[in-house]
Amino acid sequence: MSIRAENLIWRVGRKTILDDVSLAVEPGSVLGLLGPNGSGKSSLLRLLAGLRRPHAGRVTLDGTDIARIRRRDLARRVALVHQHAATELNVTVEEVVTLGRTPHRAPLAGWTAADAAAVETALAQVGMSGFRRQGWQSLSGGERQRVQIARALAQEPRELFLDEPTNHLDIQHQLELLRLISRLRLTSIVALHDLNHAAMFCDRLVVLDQGRIISHGTPDEVLTPDLLRDVFKVDCHFHRDDEGRRHILFR
Amino acid sequence: MSTAQLRGSGGFVALLVAGLAGLVLVVALAVSLGELRVPLGTVALSVGNHLGLSSAQISRIQDSVVWDLRLSRALVAAMCGAGLAICGAILQSLLRNTLAEPYVLGVSAGASTGAVSVIILGIGAGAVSLSAGAFLGALAAFGFVALLSNGGRGGADRTILAGVAAAQLFNALTAYIVTTAGNAQQARDVMFWLLGSFGGVRWPEFQLLAGVMVVGLAVCIWHARALDAFTFGDDAAASMGIAVGRVRIVLFATTALVTATIVSMVGSIGFVGLVVPHAVRFLIGPGHLRLLPACAVIGAIFMVLADIVSRSLIAQQTLPIGIVTALVGVPCFSLILYRARRPE
Repeated sequence: MSIRAENLIWRVGRKTILDDVSLAVEPGSVLGLLGPNGSGKSSLLRLLAGLRRPHAGRVTLDGTDIARIRRRDLARRVALVHQHAATELNVTVEEVVTLGRTPHRAPLAGWTAADAAAVETALAQVGMSGFRRQGWQSLSGGERQRVQIARALAQEPRELFLDEPTNHLDIQHQLELLRLISRLRLTSIVALHDLNHAAMFCDRLVVLDQGRIISHGTPDEVLTPDLLRDVFKVDCHFHRDDEGRRHILFR
Repeated sequence: MSTAQLRGSGGFVALLVAGLAGLVLVVALAVSLGELRVPLGTVALSVGNHLGLSSAQISRIQDSVVWDLRLSRALVAAMCGAGLAICGAILQSLLRNTLAEPYVLGVSAGASTGAVSVIILGIGAGAVSLSAGAFLGALAAFGFVALLSNGGRGGADRTILAGVAAAQLFNALTAYIVTTAGNAQQARDVMFWLLGSFGGVRWPEFQLLAGVMVVGLAVCIWHARALDAFTFGDDAAASMGIAVGRVRIVLFATTALVTATIVSMVGSIGFVGLVVPHAVRFLIGPGHLRLLPACAVIGAIFMVLADIVSRSLIAQQTLPIGIVTALVGVPCFSLILYRARRPE
């Protein structure tokens, strides 16, 4: 078992954002994190990546509490792609992806062949190799998202967390990106909004509502008309296509 | 963009070499120019004599002007320019705010309160020098900011607000002391001190500042790569393995120490710490391992030039250096802003 959350509680002021959340991910599988806005998806990813300390409970990586792992060692294992990456600086695509090598480099160490190879591979994986000299400010939203994912991949993580990575992307890039994530065979946790995408690309799903886990299991187990009505307040029915895949149709 | 050619490592080395050569040249000019002109050859011989490299015959007056007065002044000016530019660059990155400058943590306001306490109230009864008073005031203001912003943990905006609050508080204290206890001459002295002056700096100041600068620069260069990781904010830096809290407090404290030393020595010289980092970033890009050394060199050149202008613009009179840095700096900055405008 790679990453596991045990009874996490997280509060901001008096408001409880996450309430007794436990989950585990099979190595090499993709876990989809679903839930309406404000259900605690982003907060959960932050706790799992070790950016915040839970008020109670713990996150373990191969059985070790991540609070006891040095920041830098953790960053070589776990990478996080935030929802809104923004900067005023005029950095190039290559410079952004190079940032992903930070945890692998000593403060004044030179640039090694391994660093160059990791950046190269990461750029190629997201299809941005041709953009390396381009400035961040001139990129479209989708291109920025792909560059951030390349930055995370340059960390050479085994666990990859993505907070709504398909926001701002057109449908072609949404599908490409989700295919990329499932092809990487990293242990991934992806916060998603599109339920059909979640069903298509995730091995298992967890549904959060008001900071609690409402349901978890395979997409077929989790995505039921009752759950969608209770949690997302929508009516829907399911349609099975010729290849046997389920599609959610909203009414 | 026309900046691309300077972004390679060749461009950076070229800029650094040209910058260092330029720095030697402007320092030599600063030593040579003044009420008493000293030929550049004589300057070289005098410096050579003192370093034990030559033993030429030079008139005592020229030698004294070169070594005792102008060289120490020019070198202090260079280090102040370098220090302010580096501190500005670091605070702009850490606070992710293009308007951040070395005084954003309230250091200069605190220094002025400390200085007027010594000048006007006579606190310390002569045992505490003006510089020591200013230094203590600067550290008090920084302590206030660190406390209000929870050691920088409250985020960039909160740190900036704490700095604004500290500046308001200490400026009010300064104004209160000047208006209630000072006479016209003292008020004028304080204003002159606040605008900055390299008059009166000699070798002891050089030695103190050099010590602080070496340590400060080493700490900053050591953290250069960590600063790069702040490009997309605190959380992104943390997710790339940076101990955000520790790096922040170390760099805030280092910049505060360097700035406080400079302010207490020569007053609060504006504009250099705001503008030089932007100009250098425009030339060589935002990577800190290159940005910080380049800022140091360009800031040093800029300050030495400003000092030359402040001494030579009006005969028999030295303008406060802060006036010159702004008068020279604003047109340079306008040019950069104009050229850096983005096509909409």
